[in-house]
Amino acid sequence: MWEKHRAFERNSIFLTVGILIVVSIGGLVELVPNFYLKSTIEDVEGMRPYTPLELKGRNIYIREGCYNCHSQQIRVLRDEVDRYGHYSLAAESMYDHPFQWGSKRTGPDLARVGGKYSDEWHRDHLIDPQSVVPSSIMPAYPFLADAPITGREIQRSLEIHQRLGVPYSDEMVENAAVDVFAQASPDHPAAADFAERYPGVAVRAFDGDPRRVTEMDALIAYMQMLGTLVDFDLYDGQADINLR
Amino acid sequence: MTDKPADKLLGNDEAGVFALLFWTAVACLLIVAKTQDPAMEIHAWFGLVASVAGAFALIVHASERRGTPPDEIGGKPNYHMGPVKLATALGAFWGVVGFAAGLFIALQMTFPALNLDLPWTTFGRLRPVHTSAVIFAFGGNVLIATSFYVVQRTCRARLAGGMWPWLVVWGYNAFIVIAASGYVLGVTQSKEYAEPEWYADLWLTIVWVIYLLVFLGTLWKRKEPHIYVANWFFLAFIVTIAMLHVVNNLAIPVSLTSSKSYIVWAGVQDAMTQWWYGHNAVGFFLTAGFLGIMYYFIPKRAERPVYSYRLSIIHFWSLIFLYIWAGPHHLHYTSVPQWAQTLGMTFSIMLWMPSWGGMINGIMTLSGAWDRLRTDPVLRMMVVSVAFYGMATFEGPLMSIRAVNSLSHYTDWTIGHVHSGALGWVGFISFGAIYCLVPWLWEKKRLYSLRAVEWHFWIATIGIVLYITAMWVAGIMQGLMWRAYTELGFLEYSFVESIDAMFPYYLIRALGGALFVIGSLIMVWNLWMTARHGEPAEEAAPRTLAAQPAE
Repeated sequence: MWEKHRAFERNSIFLTVGILIVVSIGGLVELVPNFYLKSTIEDVEGMRPYTPLELKGRNIYIREGCYNCHSQQIRVLRDEVDRYGHYSLAAESMYDHPFQWGSKRTGPDLARVGGKYSDEWHRDHLIDPQSVVPSSIMPAYPFLADAPITGREIQRSLEIHQRLGVPYSDEMVENAAVDVFAQASPDHPAAADFAERYPGVAVRAFDGDPRRVTEMDALIAYMQMLGTLVDFDLYDGQADINLR
Repeated sequence: MTDKPADKLLGNDEAGVFALLFWTAVACLLIVAKTQDPAMEIHAWFGLVASVAGAFALIVHASERRGTPPDEIGGKPNYHMGPVKLATALGAFWGVVGFAAGLFIALQMTFPALNLDLPWTTFGRLRPVHTSAVIFAFGGNVLIATSFYVVQRTCRARLAGGMWPWLVVWGYNAFIVIAASGYVLGVTQSKEYAEPEWYADLWLTIVWVIYLLVFLGTLWKRKEPHIYVANWFFLAFIVTIAMLHVVNNLAIPVSLTSSKSYIVWAGVQDAMTQWWYGHNAVGFFLTAGFLGIMYYFIPKRAERPVYSYRLSIIHFWSLIFLYIWAGPHHLHYTSVPQWAQTLGMTFSIMLWMPSWGGMINGIMTLSGAWDRLRTDPVLRMMVVSVAFYGMATFEGPLMSIRAVNSLSHYTDWTIGHVHSGALGWVGFISFGAIYCLVPWLWEKKRLYSLRAVEWHFWIATIGIVLYITAMWVAGIMQGLMWRAYTELGFLEYSFVESIDAMFPYYLIRALGGALFVIGSLIMVWNLWMTARHGEPAEEAAPRTLAAQPAE
């Protein structure tokens, strides 16, 4: 038996191909089924794509590396459900390119932080975390309030998501650069159109200042919708399909 | 490959490197001209300046040298050690940078005022600087240096590719600079240990393919009938990292002049892909590659053959087969299907066996030379690193068990586990290899000071022990506080109470980290003194006619 191993030791191509085959198997078995199994691709009522402003906010969340300290994935454990709310569903991150589940909770989970605190609380907390949570060790992000949002790249961002299968309508894509401002300025001429394109979505000055739209608006808009899309009064966790 | 006809300025390899640098410069120039993205502009300028400087150095070098370096001189291989020296020095440099960055962010967690309220200095942006600097900059340069060294010595052949190995080292380090500066500027994909954006990933892919070809090319030139075991591990590391890197980073850029892209995978599929990548970055970058180091440097330093040839065959194939499956243990109790979690856990537990097989093979290589542990601190460092490897690869399977993971996941226990592997195993085996390499490469009789190695060893070891014990206590305490209930059935602690409880442990961790940084500074001083003032080796290795480095 040991003699036969010589073939690999004497031929670098055999060795390379052997390595490739051996390291491919596990990945194929574990990754591929997730693209077609029902439990990982099921639709759940309430899920919708991010609005342009929320997507901007999400990009700021990514840029600042929030995922380094905050998870967005509530596990199926009693204490997590008591502390954070209903456990996370696969469908709730189906439009997330990339996912933001995180791996460390230096701070609390944010999967369902939406609606738990007021906009003002978020603004104060982001500008100076210790002002609302005295022993917080979170960094302060005062610069977000001074950074105006631009419409640059947002239309193209929606277009890419659309191509990747996120159900944005063509109208949503075309109006993305306007919608990104409309959602944070209730008096904006396009605010009514925006509300029609994204029914039920909050339109308000998230940072408290309707005159300008800042990164603070975007980030708070994103945080305030996290985990709020699925109505768990209607979701039946005990339905057959969810008991696999 | 390095033929240079009399009438041509550049050999084939040099012309190839020149063409790559030329087109890189052209691409960067176009981006500089068109981009509206400040971070992209900075990176394009960097790419432009670096590729023009590289091309210029290449031309100067080509016009000054006479002839091409021969593969052999007087029947002995004419090894190409320039790129090895460069990668070794850069590895030591980035090590100090990465450890210091780690110390700084550890202090930020203890004293949040150190975040300075600025965009570029917050924990969220600096944490990837730390992880990338230690894994990819420190670890990566050490792996390139040792793999280029080992493949030449064990094949008794000069490194293939002429000028291309220089491109591998400089190109890889250019990737590091782009990645790290990108994080500070807010350019990140947010995929852990794969944060660099699409253009950095693209450049790394080019460099990595060249790395693979140089490595394979050297194997093809070998004078030995067999490929030595260390090279199997290096090859598995290079091939698998290429596969993981390409699949995990598939993304669509917003535009060719934008630093932002969107990953093609989403949600559950992205999570699975990410941790398939993430865990095997540990398995193949931080394990297989460094096992290659173990299989060459420990036998060499101990002057003993590898303990068991058969064990190394079993170790190799079972390790690379099982590792790939282990990823989903990062996703226990999440929205990932339970069968995948169970597979991940099962294979993680099985992985314990090949891991310890490797540990036994490494440590038992000292059979008959145990006394050297007392007298040779470099060998001791490497053996202790294998012991840390054994500890971390026991703890890993333990933490992959679902029930244990329900407590440990999301806590600092994971951080402690990672660091017993990173500081103990990867750090110490790298230090050991660097302590071996520097006198060999700079042709010195011995290290400048073995006493300084003793100091490094003990200071760093105490640092590691402080670090991991603090994180064990911190992590288990967090896990228990988060799940504690009062007798009336309410959660006992608010989240912030668990943060308050961390202060002393975060402080001890920072102290442990500081000791590790001090140890690495002692090492750098020692290496510098060895290269500058060490006693020259009596029997100089065959002098290279080769080529001065194209620095």
